[in-house]
Amino acid sequence: MAASDDRLLLLDPRDNVFVARARIAAGESVLIEGEAITLAADLKLGHKLARRAIAPGEKILKYGAPIGSATGPIAPGESVHVHNVKSDYTPTYHLIDAQEEHGEKAL
Amino acid sequence: MSTVAEAPLLGYPRADGRKGIRDVVLVAYLVECAHHVAREIAMPFADRDVHVIGFPGCYPNPYAQKMMERLCTHPNVAGALLISLGCESFDKYGLAAKIRESGRPVHTIVIQAAGGTRKSMTEGRAWIAETLKAREVATRVPMRVDELVIGTVCGGSDGTSGITGNPAAGRAFDMLVKEGATCIFEETGELIGCEHIMAARAITPALGAELEASVAKAARYYATLGYGSFAAGNADGGLSTIEEKSMGAYAKSGASPITGIVKPGDIPPTGGLYLLDVVPDGEVRFGFPNINDNAEIAELIACGAHAVLFVTGRGSVVGSAISPVVKICANPETYRRMAEDMDVDAGRILEGRASLDAVGAEIRDLIVALGNGARTASEALGHREFILTYKSFAPLGPACLPAA
Repeated sequence: MAASDDRLLLLDPRDNVFVARARIAAGESVLIEGEAITLAADLKLGHKLARRAIAPGEKILKYGAPIGSATGPIAPGESVHVHNVKSDYTPTYHLIDAQEEHGEKAL
Repeated sequence: MSTVAEAPLLGYPRADGRKGIRDVVLVAYLVECAHHVAREIAMPFADRDVHVIGFPGCYPNPYAQKMMERLCTHPNVAGALLISLGCESFDKYGLAAKIRESGRPVHTIVIQAAGGTRKSMTEGRAWIAETLKAREVATRVPMRVDELVIGTVCGGSDGTSGITGNPAAGRAFDMLVKEGATCIFEETGELIGCEHIMAARAITPALGAELEASVAKAARYYATLGYGSFAAGNADGGLSTIEEKSMGAYAKSGASPITGIVKPGDIPPTGGLYLLDVVPDGEVRFGFPNINDNAEIAELIACGAHAVLFVTGRGSVVGSAISPVVKICANPETYRRMAEDMDVDAGRILEGRASLDAVGAEIRDLIVALGNGARTASEALGHREFILTYKSFAPLGPACLPAA
């Protein structure tokens, strides 16, 4: 298996996502499976990043288990969250759109 | 005479043979209309373990009646003052009789009969003062770890909860179960997607089928309501779906075999690991299964929990009436911001400063310390949250409890 960044945690060898162990700022380079990728956006602690290319409809695997499906293509190193993942059970409720719609800073 | 090694805690003995790690006097309102009077009675005694609980509804409900009976006769409770307005439907006679039969002092004040707010407050404070005086002579006796019932809940979860705090709580559960204690995990609405791996841990195939059925019930219930057991803050913290949150929450249960299923207010008959099925039976009525974390904490306590492990990533501050709440902070950034509200810094695991096993052992030792007079952060800060609402349950199926 190719090397990946120390700041990224792989919870299970089957996973197609990593979890950030610390905040990583936009513009920083992260090593993903041996490839250096520049982050397009800030990645917060505990948030996920694609380990490899994920196709639309493909299951997102974390802890070795499916946690939802991709709603569009996800590139390696791209953030994996509510904007590109949906639950296979009940839709996720969040305030991220409301915050952006009102042009507010996250509280 | 047992040695300290065999019985490392000091408990308050109760007539039913159970022991408490606290000696709380309750003021219990039986309808929201009596809540203010109850709060005013308890206020001068806030630093002396006089806690307020109650049920706000005016319509009767067997679940709420059972919850109140179990809470008022909980091993951490020394006695209870019941505050009734007078016209509500709650069975105050039945509740008082159950408390009296348990050997605890009980007194009921009916505000309409007593002559209103002020007279009820005066009478109530006098009863509390007298009961506290009697409590001063309470002697504590050695208590073993296998006499403990411990619950676990998570709230304000984020992307770190399932990696640090929940598995660390699971390790503590594994140690406690090995020592013979009773451990209860809950929220079937946050075990969605985990039902099959969980069922494989059941001590009998029939119990495994019941475990799967309880999660299927939760999935149906939440699907009807249109929301999963998922709050906006979970998404801010990096959790994308209910399945992801569930996989993290499931880690709280540890790796022990699952001994049984209980419903709110059922007291597990043996040591071991139990699932608390919190989702009502039958068609959807009365709204969300648990409207917030404290509704779940109250249910764990009604099952006899002496203390509740509460894993948080975003940073919950709550405690509870009756039983101490141990705050395990999964996220190292949150811990640094809110350290005074936290008992355990499980975020150390993420930063490579502690192992899961070390934090698990720290949690287990903290539980024992609570049985020797140590206080949690939320207790020290005066948190005594409590909430109870309407639910309806069918009795437990025969496969849910271990054979006698």
